[in-house]
Amino acid sequence: MEMFEGLSEPVRKAWERSLTNGRASLSRRRVLGAGLGVAGAGALSACGIPAATNNQGGVKSDDLSDKDKSLVFSNWQLYIDMSDDEKHMPTLEAFEKKTGIKVKYSDDITDNVEFFAKIKPQLAAGQSTGRDLVVLTDWMAARMIRLGWAQPLDPTYLPHAFTNLEQRFRNPDWDPGRAHSYPWQGIATVIAYNEKATKGKKVGSVSQLLDDPDLKGRVALLSEMRDTIGMTLLDMGKQPESFTADDFDAAVARVQKAVDGKQIRQFTGNEYTDGLASGNIAACVAWAGDLVQLQADNPEIKFVIPPAGYIYSTDNMLVPAGSKHRKNAELLIDWYYQPEIAAELSAWVNYITPCTGVYEELLKIDEDVANNPLIIPNAEMKAKAHPFRSLSSKEETAFEDKFAKLIGA
Amino acid sequence: MAALSTAPAGAPAEVPPVPPGAAARRRRLVPYWLLLPGILWLLVFFAAPMVYQASTSVQTGSLETGYQVTWHFATYWDAFREYDVFYLRSLIYAGIATVLCLAIGYPLAYTIAFKAGRWRNVLLVMVIAPFFTSFLIRTLAWKTILADDGYVVTVLDKLHILNVTASLGITADDRVLATPLAVVCGLTYNFLPFMILPLYSSLERIDPRLHEAAGDLYARPFTTFRKVTFPISLPGVVAGTLLTFIPASGDYINAELLGSPSEQMIGNVIQSKFLTVLDYPTAAALSFMLMAAILVIVSVYIRKAGTEELV
Repeated sequence: MEMFEGLSEPVRKAWERSLTNGRASLSRRRVLGAGLGVAGAGALSACGIPAATNNQGGVKSDDLSDKDKSLVFSNWQLYIDMSDDEKHMPTLEAFEKKTGIKVKYSDDITDNVEFFAKIKPQLAAGQSTGRDLVVLTDWMAARMIRLGWAQPLDPTYLPHAFTNLEQRFRNPDWDPGRAHSYPWQGIATVIAYNEKATKGKKVGSVSQLLDDPDLKGRVALLSEMRDTIGMTLLDMGKQPESFTADDFDAAVARVQKAVDGKQIRQFTGNEYTDGLASGNIAACVAWAGDLVQLQADNPEIKFVIPPAGYIYSTDNMLVPAGSKHRKNAELLIDWYYQPEIAAELSAWVNYITPCTGVYEELLKIDEDVANNPLIIPNAEMKAKAHPFRSLSSKEETAFEDKFAKLIGA
Repeated sequence: MAALSTAPAGAPAEVPPVPPGAAARRRRLVPYWLLLPGILWLLVFFAAPMVYQASTSVQTGSLETGYQVTWHFATYWDAFREYDVFYLRSLIYAGIATVLCLAIGYPLAYTIAFKAGRWRNVLLVMVIAPFFTSFLIRTLAWKTILADDGYVVTVLDKLHILNVTASLGITADDRVLATPLAVVCGLTYNFLPFMILPLYSSLERIDPRLHEAAGDLYARPFTTFRKVTFPISLPGVVAGTLLTFIPASGDYINAELLGSPSEQMIGNVIQSKFLTVLDYPTAAALSFMLMAAILVIVSVYIRKAGTEELV
């Protein structure tokens, strides 16, 4: 039973029992609970994770995993560790070697909405998307689950993931108990500025981005609604995890004022990085993972965690409806929840790891990376992190429409 | 082709006699067979999407409940009222870009056609060369060229040209990026080859002896151009302006990358309605109205320009 390597003895025993005896999900859950309790992770059951086998409308299709050892994995660009010549993906190849599952990895996701538009016709028609595992940002993952287009995962094959998933990622309001998804990496949305372009002036809050005349015409905000409005809500003293429609309108009006005053230069996706490096953009709302990379080349780029807090989200692995290799996908998800594998991945992609126990492993690889709060958040950063609450379909359309008008489209 | 195979040349006598009626019928069908690939292409890639979008534009519903055709024509009116500014802006930007393309492209095409000599092919390759790079990369390159602290903007600023453009309202805050000027320049640059190539092909066909004849009749070079060269090249002008104006008015990349929130065009709205807001009916209605607007403008234009050759 190679898949249990690295787990403590009692946990391993519990998994083996539950697997070999082929029990019903209820008893398996009980065994699992006992095992975890012994392992000192009793906090898990305390936070009341609902049954992961609780099917919330997700479609389970016949699984051919045992006969067909293959897996099609769609991910974002530059989002997996690569060798220096960029020809090999060490952690993924190690998985193939260990499990004998042939992974077809493609980095064909460049945008949540475009990818959704691409796979939507097949999903709506009940056909296979040709993909067994996809990585989508939480609000898009939430939409997939809401629409019943994500398969429920079987915790039997996710022992490491279940044990090592960090506490704060366990119960998002859109997928309680992670019944359908597991985080690939976490994302922090913070404020960044180019010290040279601000002439040494520090930028510390969203208010300053929206009002400071010294930054006029050189501020960029993200074209992702949840990041830009979420940060504005925090700045206005509201909670992104529980705001009302009125709060949302107030935040939009707040940003609109800055747009009308020509304070805001652009709403951008990832391309703000070029502008920030060249100084066209003096200050902006930015994704922490990009900043780690940028700072390596441009020491004048600084990041700030605003006192009001920041938005965090996750990119999540899920198995789209119609996939016939769910078990293979689950094994891959589980593979990346072994701390030494997760550490290798994080050291390369520089995003927040959702897996506990990575810090110790990272220390062995690179001390600087291990102590970078943008990769392993410290207690202060964790305390300031806020998720953006999930939206109903109706809210999503209404809010996106208002935000689209704000960004000029 | 069917008709040919029934009567192989060289052995007419051995061919079994075909009833004259059937042969005639087959011959009548030949053109349709030849048209078949084109018709199929049109049906699959033009007619079917058009019908699909037309139907989408009068549907209502949501992702969860699905969409039903409810003949909700109000979508059109609502969408127009809300986004009329974007239509106007798109048509103005595309119009200016087309005029600029013509002003830059005509002298260039003229030079290549008549004055380039052995450099002609080299120059043509240089016109087409940008196509070897992706549209997106070329537009992104302009972000570097027009950077706030870059050479171009610094020089323009030193020469006080930016003050002039700022007073015209097409730039702001001593910068070019994220202004109307940047978007129009981007459009002009990206669609310039579509102007030059038709212009070149119509100029290149002109017999140089016509110019000599005009000279013999005491026409000065300018008169020759006005009375001879330009009228003959008119189909090229019309084709070039259409090939520039139509895609430019639907473009969204230039506005997105080079513009600020106040320069977004109708293409940006349609894109965000389709992908982000998921308001498919409004997106489809907006697309149809854009098509209708362009169709009207183009038909008036072609009628005025009077190019029977072209249509």
